[in-house]
Amino acid sequence: MTSLELARWQFGITTLYHFIFVPLTIGLAFFTAWFQTRWYRTGDEKWLRATRFWGKLMLVSFAMGVATGIVQEFQFGMNWSDYSRFVGDIFGAPLAMEGLAAFFVESTFLGLWIFGWGRLSKKVHLFTIWMVSASTILSAYFILAANSWMQHPVGYKMVDGKAQLTSIWAVLTNNTALYAFTHTILASLLTGAMVIVGISAWHLIRKNETAVFGSSMKLVLPVLAVSAIVTMGVGHFNGNLMVQQQPMKMAAADAVFQTQDGVGLSVFATGDMKSNPEGLNRNIQLPNVLSFITTGKPLGTVEGINDINAEYQQKYGPGEYAPVIWIAYWSWRVMIGCGMLMALLGLVGWWLARRGRLEDSARFLKIAIPAAALPFIASSAGWVFTEMGRQPWVVFGLLKTQDGVSPTVSSAEVWITLVGFTLLYGVLAVIAGKVFFRLAAKGPKTEDEEDPDNPHLGMAY
Amino acid sequence: MEDFTTLQVVWFVLISVLWIGYFILEGFDFGVGILMKVLGRNEAEKRAILHSIGPLWDGNEVWLIVAGGATFAAFPEWYSTLFSGFYMALFLILVALIVRNVGFELWGKGQSEAWRNRWEWGIAIGSFLPALLWGVAWANIIGGTPIDANAEFIGNFFDLLSPYTLFAGLASLSIFFAHGALFLELKTDGEIRTRAQAVAVKAMPVATALATGFLVWTIARQDSLNVLTLITAMAAIGSFLLACAYAKNSPATAFAGTAAGIALYFTTQFIDLFPHTMISSISSTFDMTLNFSSSSHYTLVVMTVVAVLLLPFVLLYQGWTYWVFRARLSAEDFGDIKTPLDLIDARKKEGGDGSGTGTGAGR
Repeated sequence: MTSLELARWQFGITTLYHFIFVPLTIGLAFFTAWFQTRWYRTGDEKWLRATRFWGKLMLVSFAMGVATGIVQEFQFGMNWSDYSRFVGDIFGAPLAMEGLAAFFVESTFLGLWIFGWGRLSKKVHLFTIWMVSASTILSAYFILAANSWMQHPVGYKMVDGKAQLTSIWAVLTNNTALYAFTHTILASLLTGAMVIVGISAWHLIRKNETAVFGSSMKLVLPVLAVSAIVTMGVGHFNGNLMVQQQPMKMAAADAVFQTQDGVGLSVFATGDMKSNPEGLNRNIQLPNVLSFITTGKPLGTVEGINDINAEYQQKYGPGEYAPVIWIAYWSWRVMIGCGMLMALLGLVGWWLARRGRLEDSARFLKIAIPAAALPFIASSAGWVFTEMGRQPWVVFGLLKTQDGVSPTVSSAEVWITLVGFTLLYGVLAVIAGKVFFRLAAKGPKTEDEEDPDNPHLGMAY
Repeated sequence: MEDFTTLQVVWFVLISVLWIGYFILEGFDFGVGILMKVLGRNEAEKRAILHSIGPLWDGNEVWLIVAGGATFAAFPEWYSTLFSGFYMALFLILVALIVRNVGFELWGKGQSEAWRNRWEWGIAIGSFLPALLWGVAWANIIGGTPIDANAEFIGNFFDLLSPYTLFAGLASLSIFFAHGALFLELKTDGEIRTRAQAVAVKAMPVATALATGFLVWTIARQDSLNVLTLITAMAAIGSFLLACAYAKNSPATAFAGTAAGIALYFTTQFIDLFPHTMISSISSTFDMTLNFSSSSHYTLVVMTVVAVLLLPFVLLYQGWTYWVFRARLSAEDFGDIKTPLDLIDARKKEGGDGSGTGTGAGR
């Protein structure tokens, strides 16, 4: 493999891995803060226990996210130095702002929260966890503003073959960024909610700590349902924006090769997914739906891959401008499919909870456990779609991925780091996964049961 | 073309400050990480040592992330050449930091001695490697590396290892080690403190000697003497000597001495580097200037506004954290008591105020 391909694999592996922990941390930090607020307001012991239990799981996720996060910042320079030279004037700013505005707050207040039990007043301690939650959300905004500039460059001019910033305001209020941020934060709440529902279901089936887990689940079920539905709704508008900004990505997502009117939405298709319309066997199609969701009209025109390709060859010079179609096609469907399942689950659970039948509906609880994997599959698929669907561009319309790679780093060196990170991440996944599941299975019953005189259970090391 | 503009100098100074902040802060937790296994003889002692940096290390590490991000934003050419050039060294540092970070969090979350032992090794090596390699890296930046006419690093990992840079690595390692020992002497009580004191008293002269050696070597390499570096180098050596003198009897003074010493030690290197970002060992015409490396004026203005607005708050709440967690720790705090919070309750029962304002409440 060339160093380009290896560097792409490395970015894909390290980024998807990092993004297991990002939405989980954002989601769990928010719910932990919420549970702690309930405890602060009501003084009810069960909310304290819920806070500590979910907080502990959040910390494991946090540690993994922090540890793998530094790689993210470093690898732009390490593997993608020509990309960094090209975008540095613009891309570095939100990255530095993320550190200054969010990471300092996050790390400091998390330390205060973990080690501050019993030392800080209840009010100040509650404030620290909300600061943690707010800063995780803020950091997502800055990094998504940076990413959105790669999807839809704004506020720049080209100087000596490099992009130069002309308006930071345009970069930070890029409509792509605002949609991506809303979509991602809702998806993070969805992730936190789904994991809480899954783990609570596991305990409720065993009639274990029903007060804590019943309450946790009832609190997050409406959030699960609403955030799943709204995430998909925002995703829909995000898609409409994409039709204007990156029509190729949407055409690839639907495997539409020829520009047509009144196109149906393919639900399941087989075939070679190459740029020949005959090679694709569409098995199931919802008539006119694609035209409707992308243009708002049942008979609207959907641009096809081959036509966009020809247009881009005119505009940008010879070359292939379509991404790998089957990946775009399937990652989009997997993401949406998972979202729909979670919305359904959330609605059913909410309904059961309102009728007071949640703890007794064994079938719902059993389904909810493995469903905790759904948000991770959905967000991985979503990022694969967003990033691979943009290919061959790394910055849409401005810089191709092949021109961004570090020219002096040899493929042997990238091999070493690729294998190194992959092995390390694999080992850590096993270890951290074991710890996470052990803590999850143990439940809130910990030291304070063994030592009733001591109400404070340590979060710390 | 001028070598630099005012704003570029501002950002060169700011990035220097971020790196120096990183080395002062993470410097001591590198030292503590290496010493955890050496000074802690049992689980309670190790826990006390770990808790001395528990609430602090993550915030310390953010200084590195911000230094990296600021370099990317203000000097993209510097960021690109440096990070792609020092590829394998940065890979090793990343792996070390990852293992160490996860180790802090997971050390206490397993039940067995073997589990903790493995993480102690992970924390020790994960602290040792960056403490060494950051010194090597900075000596390479100021000492010169094979940079060609296109501002590309055309060497490999082994080009980064020379007597000069390896000496710099040993120097930074010994400085951070002694800095960490002083931190423990300052922040712990009981036997750990006695042991930390013994280590600090021995380590401090070694660190001072190596730091002096490196500074002398650096100044001797200059084509024409830069008087400013001579002054800062002498001040650095003075600070380290002060730390030597007070290592036994006043760890607070000695720790202030190593903190100032680290600041001046790296300031000497930054002044030596100025007005360049990377030095070419092939030809001085390939040296990368601030102006060449820099972002546009507009981006620097934006970043300056952001930094001026945010940095004071960062210093304020990080300072507050150090204040909240100022108490000394000892193994007794972690004996049969499961968590340091229990300690506060225990103190309350004894009639103490439990607020941790005395010498040694939890954490």
